[in-house]
Amino acid sequence: MSDIILEMRNISKSFPGVKALKNVNFSVRRGEIHCLVGENGAGKSTLMKVLSGIYKHGSYEGDIVYNGNVMEFRSIKDSEHQGIAIINQELALIPELTVAENIFFGHERMKNSLIDWNETMVQAKEYLSKVRLDINPRTKIRDLRVGKQQLVEIAKALSKNAKLMILDEPTSSLNEEDSANLLQLLRELKEQDVTIIMISHRLMEVVAIADTVTVLRDGSTICSINTDEREITEGEIIKHMVGREMDHIYPKRESHDIGDVCFEVKNWSVYDTKLGREIIHDLNLEVRKGEIVGLAGLMGAGRTEFALSIFGNTPGYQITSGQILMNGNPVRFKTPNDAIEAGVAYATEDRKRNGLVMIQDVRFNTTFANLKSLVSHHVINQNEEIIQTEKLRKDINIKTPSIQQTVMNLSGGNQQKVVLAKWIFANPNLMILDEPTRGIDVGAKYEIYTLMNEMVRQGMSIIMISSELLEILGMSDRIFVMCEGKITGELQAGEATEQSIMRLATNMEDKGSHE
Amino acid sequence: MNETGVKNNGLGREIVTLLRKNVRNYAMYIALAVIFIVFQLISKGSFLTARNITNLINQTGYIAVMAVGMTLVLIICQIDLSVGYVAGFLGACAARLMLVGLPIWLVIVLVLFFGAAIGFLQGMIIGKLGVPAFVTTLACEFAFRGLLTLITESTGTIPVTNEAFTALSNGFLPAVVTIGGMHGLTLIIGALAILIVIASRIRKRKELKQYEFETVSLPIFIAQLVFFAALIGVLTYVLAAYNGLSWTILIVVLVTGAYSFVMNRTRIGRYVYGMGGNLEAASLSGVNVKKVLVGTFVSMGVMAALGGILYTARLSSATPTAGNGFELDAIASGYIAGVSTTGGIGSVINSVVGAFVIMSLTNGLNLIGVGVSYQYVIKGVIFIAAVALDVRSRGKKAIG
Repeated sequence: MSDIILEMRNISKSFPGVKALKNVNFSVRRGEIHCLVGENGAGKSTLMKVLSGIYKHGSYEGDIVYNGNVMEFRSIKDSEHQGIAIINQELALIPELTVAENIFFGHERMKNSLIDWNETMVQAKEYLSKVRLDINPRTKIRDLRVGKQQLVEIAKALSKNAKLMILDEPTSSLNEEDSANLLQLLRELKEQDVTIIMISHRLMEVVAIADTVTVLRDGSTICSINTDEREITEGEIIKHMVGREMDHIYPKRESHDIGDVCFEVKNWSVYDTKLGREIIHDLNLEVRKGEIVGLAGLMGAGRTEFALSIFGNTPGYQITSGQILMNGNPVRFKTPNDAIEAGVAYATEDRKRNGLVMIQDVRFNTTFANLKSLVSHHVINQNEEIIQTEKLRKDINIKTPSIQQTVMNLSGGNQQKVVLAKWIFANPNLMILDEPTRGIDVGAKYEIYTLMNEMVRQGMSIIMISSELLEILGMSDRIFVMCEGKITGELQAGEATEQSIMRLATNMEDKGSHE
Repeated sequence: MNETGVKNNGLGREIVTLLRKNVRNYAMYIALAVIFIVFQLISKGSFLTARNITNLINQTGYIAVMAVGMTLVLIICQIDLSVGYVAGFLGACAARLMLVGLPIWLVIVLVLFFGAAIGFLQGMIIGKLGVPAFVTTLACEFAFRGLLTLITESTGTIPVTNEAFTALSNGFLPAVVTIGGMHGLTLIIGALAILIVIASRIRKRKELKQYEFETVSLPIFIAQLVFFAALIGVLTYVLAAYNGLSWTILIVVLVTGAYSFVMNRTRIGRYVYGMGGNLEAASLSGVNVKKVLVGTFVSMGVMAALGGILYTARLSSATPTAGNGFELDAIASGYIAGVSTTGGIGSVINSVVGAFVIMSLTNGLNLIGVGVSYQYVIKGVIFIAAVALDVRSRGKKAIG
């Protein structure tokens, strides 16, 4: 067991403006399950991309020693060739192809230069049985649920003769049962001498399954703990992950008055015509003036869909029932513009995809959602625009050489601040923040939390959608937990714990009562 | 001695950074200069004559206005393949209406309105029905080719004899006075243009300074002013020595100025750029993206109509093949002028210069007697080279 299969030595990797990895050392024993944990942005995924050759040799510093030899992977094909397989959070399967076609995609079973379909089906069945998946290999991927798709990915990796398998948050979108199933499978694979590196945020799983736990923080290795030698607890991992006590990560909030209910959603149900099913079921939620309401849940719980449906961005969404009350008056937003005019803002979870116009500058983005306030006689008052943008830049400390800087060239944290600047400039009463600190460093997080506190102090209300439990616990006055399109519970800030939220997010109570 | 050395170094470095930053813009001007010099040499001096330059500008007019409309379409990541035959068809409509005896102003208003209606229809098909622009406008290209043939079928080429109409592309502004044997009004407008350009750039620089934005150093600023003043000055001199300003120049300048203002100073312009840069972000920021899309196609339709009118005026007739290939010239003008192939970036002024590059090439090749078939091949190669250069320079920017 003490045989070392992989050693990554002094790995450093930089992106424009960010040093993502700083002299990381990482060593994995043959046939173990090695869990890699750390906050978002700690460098886990970057490290794994270096290992698998996605970031090719030469774009990073340091050595990868695999089976005793220094490797120089130039592409993912090179690492696959050596028996390293990476399974990303976003699965790399092709939905319109069958399970068998996907398993052998890129290394098809051939006979006389043609695909040997018989052999393909026979072997696909074999690999499927290895991952204990009892389905017809002719099933299309899109007809499988995520848990099963994940198993197909593993079967695919096995078919490539993978000896070292990297799984990036494999259980994050799975329900409890599928997760347990997957973990059991990983244990079995370990018995068959497959080494596994698993990135996970679910610390309960980590404690349960890991032979070794390595913690990364801000691009550096903090510690590597062998669980054969001593027990490890969730608390200890969290302490290493964040490196400071909770009160230092979340700014202290001066107590301020929380007012009356100003925003209310009643019996809200949404039907998605593309998926052909109801995605939000009879949802009720209310927000008070000056309150931060946390909306917790796992990926795919329907939180973003809920936000989009109330914000009026509803291509393909049908509101089948329910109403929105603002200060007691019923409202309905047909378009995002209606919502913005009524004083609702929605900062999206993915600033690159739908938050910012990346090729435009800070000024353009800051004023984009409220140009109306700068216009007289149809002409934009550019002087006023500069003054307002400069003011916001100073107020929320956007670090940029000038407001003429293209936002593409800013760091993630500063891009996120531009997103906030844009919505503050729109002057809303209710701000919906979807994963407001995803992928940004700890320092910028602290600044964004401080800003949120300042916003509610001035009487704004916030709905914060977040998948980070600590963030939910640290920032919310009240917490709603969602699971599968339903609110499964409401918790006061004082009574909520990681466990109580997680239980609601996975709907364990519900399941208990059924069985 | 030492001090000046340092200063020179700083200036040198600034010039290098400026060149590097704006390599895309300068490339176009360099290309234009190269085209001018090469044709001047090969044609033994007959390219850069007052007569040919005037001719060249009048020739460029119809492509320039369509390139302006196309720039907006390209910025929002769409394309319009139909403008060629839409322009041809609308030009024929104009000729037909003139033949019926309608007054010229009414003909122009009607034809521009037809153009808007065609653009509106295309915009609705793309925006509301969700048929991709490529398919919609390709289909329209076919349809209008057919309609153009229909409208010219009975008569063949439709002649236009109205002098006011043909003056749009062949006529000149009245001289009013003669100064030193030259076209007086042209000299006056040229002088005014120089003053306006200098005044507005000085004001702009002052504002930038006031907000502590990056500005170029004084020597370079003055060099830029001198360059622009000289450019306008030389052009004015050349034109004034011949027949003066043509109506086409006036139309192109007015259209370009109006569009440039809308794109840079109004909400609509912001929405067009924002939508092209990130459709979803624009939509979630409250932009009615379908409305902007339809509006962009309406504007394209109007510009196609104007292009058709100018072309018909230029030939003094509407022919059954008018419009063939205009769309490619308009699209190429935009791309050569640095409109991003992925949308969100572009400038109408640059696109007009781009149109000028393309027409200089056509004009010069004609002048030295290169056949049309070779011209197409040469244009194709240059088009790809320009876009390749664009993609590469942007790729570098994204990483650095």
